[in-house]
Amino acid sequence: MNSPVQPSAVQTYTPREFHRQAHDALGNPQIRANFRKAMDGLMSKRRDVFDDWDLETLRDLGANIRLRALAKLPDLLEQLEANCQANGIRVHWAETGEEACRIIGEICASHGAKSVIKGKSMVSEEMHLNAHLEAAGIEALESDLGEYLVQLNEQTPSHIIMPAIHLNTDEISEILHQKTGTERSRDVDYMTAAARAQLRERFMAADVGVSGVNFAVAETGTLCLVENEGNGRMTTTVPPVHVAVTGIEKVVEHLRDVPPLYALLTRSATGQHVTTYFNMISGPRKSGEHDGPQEVHLVLVDSGRSNIYQDDELLDTLRCIRCGACMNHCPVYTRVGGHTYGTTYPGPIGSILSPHLMGLEETKDLPTASSLCGACGEVCPVKIPIPDLLVRLRREAVGEGRGNVPGAGVKRTKKEVVAWKSFQWLATHPAAWRGGTAVAGKLKALLPSRLGPWTDYRVAPKPAGTTLHTLVKRHQASQSSEETRP
Amino acid sequence: MSARDAILKRLRERSDGPLSAPECDFAVVTNRGWNQQERLERFERLIGSVHGEVIHTARTAWGDALAEVLHAKGVRRLALGRDHPVAAEARKMLSAGSVDLVDADRDIEAWQREQFDSVDAGLTSTRGAIAETGSLWLWPTPDEPRLISLVPPLHIAVLDADTLEDTFFDVVERHGWADGMPTNALLISGPSKTADIEQTLAYGVHGPRELVVLVRHAQEVP
Repeated sequence: MNSPVQPSAVQTYTPREFHRQAHDALGNPQIRANFRKAMDGLMSKRRDVFDDWDLETLRDLGANIRLRALAKLPDLLEQLEANCQANGIRVHWAETGEEACRIIGEICASHGAKSVIKGKSMVSEEMHLNAHLEAAGIEALESDLGEYLVQLNEQTPSHIIMPAIHLNTDEISEILHQKTGTERSRDVDYMTAAARAQLRERFMAADVGVSGVNFAVAETGTLCLVENEGNGRMTTTVPPVHVAVTGIEKVVEHLRDVPPLYALLTRSATGQHVTTYFNMISGPRKSGEHDGPQEVHLVLVDSGRSNIYQDDELLDTLRCIRCGACMNHCPVYTRVGGHTYGTTYPGPIGSILSPHLMGLEETKDLPTASSLCGACGEVCPVKIPIPDLLVRLRREAVGEGRGNVPGAGVKRTKKEVVAWKSFQWLATHPAAWRGGTAVAGKLKALLPSRLGPWTDYRVAPKPAGTTLHTLVKRHQASQSSEETRP
Repeated sequence: MSARDAILKRLRERSDGPLSAPECDFAVVTNRGWNQQERLERFERLIGSVHGEVIHTARTAWGDALAEVLHAKGVRRLALGRDHPVAAEARKMLSAGSVDLVDADRDIEAWQREQFDSVDAGLTSTRGAIAETGSLWLWPTPDEPRLISLVPPLHIAVLDADTLEDTFFDVVERHGWADGMPTNALLISGPSKTADIEQTLAYGVHGPRELVVLVRHAQEVP
């Protein structure tokens, strides 16, 4: 290879800078090509894998299972805790991400841990666990291949299921070459084998394994993990201590609730009829067993979720099973990529979840990062009305909602309020409306022909010289005069 | 107030009032009505689509099939249990051969490096399988621990054809999983894989590169 491709520059993203970041991403052909290719593939695979299913009925079931779990949430959390404890799993509760980090840090410290190996966990990303552990002198290494690559490149995931989807083969080859000394290669099997060899040593050496949870079953005290690579099984089996961390909304009531959600999750996420591994953990190594961790901990994190829970409409946000189908199908996400959002969760689900986690002051632009085309709502396996929630958050941002979201009203400006109030008054006073439109029609030559960026690609609208009302009246008058003619 | 109590209190004192739980109709994930032939075909097609190899053998001749697989894959060291009939029979049948039998029923701490570096294959039984998704159902035991289906580069799983069922939901319900879950319950559908490098599929990223399923039939395989 004569001129190796340099991996995308490492930069920090923030939701405050969404517009600038979107502008930059749109001008980056590499990013656009990587996402376009990946999302097109994922959409067609999802379509094919649901081919022989009564998808609507399955989605109804998925939605109802999640709604039932949410309806009983406090009871189920207590039941989950009791059953986990009966199974020997130690349960911890954290109101905030910082508290969860502190709890995990303490578990590590109590074992004198120096190294932590991690399975994929979006909640741990959300609470910046790696940075917390590193500050405490504990090395946290991601073991999911995509997460590993992103971590090597000092980035964050750009997709909740495929963390390194923003990188292409050449970029990944360069990252592995620079950071781990492998040969530059376009051979995916070679690169995968290299990462396997590197990470296997780390699994054996790790003091603690940290994973997420896809479903936590209250009835049996079981933690379910969905994965293809086997790194999740390694993380939860090889180190002497396993810490599972999850949001409080991930609980389901019954074991029988799991198969339909699992069927929806894998098909919606990557178009697979099933993943390689479905790993159900119901306790630490028992007496007589020969492998598995001696200790299993479950950390239940609230971090804003119980606030979302208060509001009947916003509650639907908590149904999410984190499949990523909404981002795969989002025309905005596909064009700007995941990092542009500047949040742990990008795409439509991120735009309806992040405002609760970070406040609207930080995230006020995210609910507007949508054309409201409706694709996200149509593909959501648990039927979250994402477009409605985007609109709700837009209303909250301008202070026209119920004020249930942190930072509500942050986008409210006097100018906009006056403009809409005036329009409202005009539109409800016919005489004033007619007068106004007539005047606008007469003065059309004086109206500006350039209206900011909007007119970069469009012609500015001009009011008609004669209003529609006047035309209709004239037409009716001429009709009636024809009828009265002898 | 503890974090636990504060969280539960906020959830219980929900400002928009209590929620009602909808009914759930599970019909869509059960009652496939497949016959044994259809189940087998579907299982083989689906697990095959993700690089699982299926080998059919008569119940009485499965040792020969196993020996053939071991030979074909160049396996010299095979990890396996001792008490389960699959392991016990395999030990008996392979005792005279050239394959080293590695005891899996001992604490991992005593042989972790050996397991990671110098075992070519792990042999396990299965409790059953799922036709709809091409998945094996394993409940690891002290005799057949969790890691022998994960760490060696080849996993050989023995499945009795008559334990194949239609859907995951059927397995969970008919076998009363909710009445007593083991430490670890697994569904395995193919060898370990990833598509994290530009969506190009690669096998054996962390777990086995290959999965061979020996399907044992009560009758002679034609």
